Amino acid sequence: MARIDLVDLAQSYNGNDAPLESFALKPVTMTWRQGGAYALLGPSGCGKTTLLNLISGIVTPSRGQILFDGRDITPLSTQKRNIAQVFQFPVIYDTMTVGENLAFPLKNRGVARAEVDARVKQIADLLDLTPYLNRKATRLTADAKQKISLGRGLVRSDVAAVLFDEPLTVIDPELKWQLRSKLKALHRELDLTMIYVTHDQTEALTFADTVVVMHDGRVVQSGTPAELFDKPAHTFVGYFIGSPGMNIVPAEVSGHEARIDGHVIGLRRNYGVLPAGKKIEIGVRPEFVDVAPPASGLLSATIERIDDLGRIQFARVRVGNTKLAARVPPGFSVSGDTAGLVFNPAYVHVYADSHLVEGVA
Amino acid sequence: MDKTINQKAWFLVLPVFLVVAFSAVLPLMTVVNYSMQDTFGNNQFFWNGVGWFKELLDPSTDLGGRFLASLGRNLFFSAVILAIEVPLGIIVALSMPREGWSVAACLVILALPLLIPWNVVGTIWQIFGRPDIGLLGYVLNHLGFNYNYVSNEVDAWVTVIVMDVWHWTSLVALLCYAGLKSIPDAYYQAAQIDGASRWAVFKAIQLPKMNRVLLIAVLLRFMDSFMIYTEPFVVTGGGPGNSTTFVSIELVKIALGQFDLGKAAALSLVYNLIILIVCWVFYTVMTNAGTERKAVAQGEPAAEPKPAAAPRPAGVLKPKEGVA
Repeated sequence: MARIDLVDLAQSYNGNDAPLESFALKPVTMTWRQGGAYALLGPSGCGKTTLLNLISGIVTPSRGQILFDGRDITPLSTQKRNIAQVFQFPVIYDTMTVGENLAFPLKNRGVARAEVDARVKQIADLLDLTPYLNRKATRLTADAKQKISLGRGLVRSDVAAVLFDEPLTVIDPELKWQLRSKLKALHRELDLTMIYVTHDQTEALTFADTVVVMHDGRVVQSGTPAELFDKPAHTFVGYFIGSPGMNIVPAEVSGHEARIDGHVIGLRRNYGVLPAGKKIEIGVRPEFVDVAPPASGLLSATIERIDDLGRIQFARVRVGNTKLAARVPPGFSVSGDTAGLVFNPAYVHVYADSHLVEGVA
Repeated sequence: MDKTINQKAWFLVLPVFLVVAFSAVLPLMTVVNYSMQDTFGNNQFFWNGVGWFKELLDPSTDLGGRFLASLGRNLFFSAVILAIEVPLGIIVALSMPREGWSVAACLVILALPLLIPWNVVGTIWQIFGRPDIGLLGYVLNHLGFNYNYVSNEVDAWVTVIVMDVWHWTSLVALLCYAGLKSIPDAYYQAAQIDGASRWAVFKAIQLPKMNRVLLIAVLLRFMDSFMIYTEPFVVTGGGPGNSTTFVSIELVKIALGQFDLGKAAALSLVYNLIILIVCWVFYTVMTNAGTERKAVAQGEPAAEPKPAAAPRPAGVLKPKEGVA
């Protein structure tokens, strides 16, 4: 159990001299606190697995340091790092029973027999594997196998962190829910630092208390699910989290006003004069934009279709060449395909070159 | 059972039936015929019933003694080369590079001995081991070892075994390498995370994942070594004395050297039978291993028996069963 610090950590698979833009992981400095439940969220190829493999030591970093409780462990091998990792596909030692599989990481470290048995029993109980303990591990279903993999990750009580690399990919959707809540329960029970890699936002948001969003080799935001939703630090976060994602619209911003196609939208904060030469956009989640009957004070948009998501309806609209999604208030009806858009100024954010600009209250 | 009855279909089987009859059944029946008779040449045959077979299995007779002695040598030879080639092949496969240009280089070098014809291999080692002009023989004698495969039984055995190891270890190594390559990286990474030692990785991951190819390797090497003829014949001619005379060499001596067709026919039938039985045992073991794996792949609920093999298309296949 440890606090993990990453100091200027970076990884290039093309050698250290390659241009920074080609790095799989651009330099990152951050801290993972002891006992936290983290999710590393991002699309495929964003560097999240690389970051995970750097922490576990499967990959040696091109630059930077990894500290466990302030101790530099960068040069140490995986075996010496005291890390547990669970992989995307279940890894089972075919010749062993389920119990022997669970005991394997402990036996390799010379843990006393009695302690091994006690720990294996505890983990098997937590994962509902007790009835299978004496069975050969090969004759089991995929989710049972993945449970064994999870169990091997969790069986050591002294690990600095348990890393999960999209562990539920091979599991049926129905069992996914069960296993995910199981993991959450295990996190509370075992007080381990857990880092969970996924590209599925639901998985990330339900599992973690801190979600780290990665994009193109960079950590773009790290925060609670609510922070990511309410105040994305980067347009990518806004777009990636939420369904549908955040509306990003090119605009001119000065003071308390944003202009789209000459139409003025009020802002809650004062942005003064933004630096010239940057791409200025405003971002607002569909949940905070309503369609309304066209009126002179409203930004007018063309409705393309309306998606019914059950408890909520979203209109897909177009303003000029920009597509947006907006909430359809109950009882809304309009003749023709033109509507007005009503923005909630508290949730309209301003981005310069994709990064959030903090206004002055 | 709505089977279309069409007797003309037999004509479709006829060509195959004729080919198999002339290439396999008739020669085999000739051998069976010979094995029941004795001949002194001039195409004069005398009925001998199962006499040759009785003699063959009785160690007190000349024929039985020679057969059982050569059979013993053959089994010993197979056991020794399996005991050397299998572990050695695994070690070679484990130490081969996993990626880069050196993989191709290793594969080509390993494959080279496999491409050399048997009698050329024999000739290479026959010359290589000669004390007067052979590199190996000359150097060994120069170093003070009294090595001579023509006069010393142990030297002859060592030469034949080393030659077979040289010729065939590559096959085991290549099969094992294929087995190793099919193990996903995640297994090795997981083993690293689990703190497994090199030995534990081998025992828990590599060996279990290789067992299928190893079974094939053992089968192939056993069959080949049990039928070995050319290489030892070229190197030692079965000598010194009879010390490296294997069953096939004995068979050729009896059939072509002494022209004892009856004895030779009986011997070759028994020899064939042994190989068939061993084949069948291996085949059964291998298919059982396969079905076990299949049941595993289907997961828990699939423990119920699988439906029997697809029904045979029609009666047309039946004549072949008798031949096989």
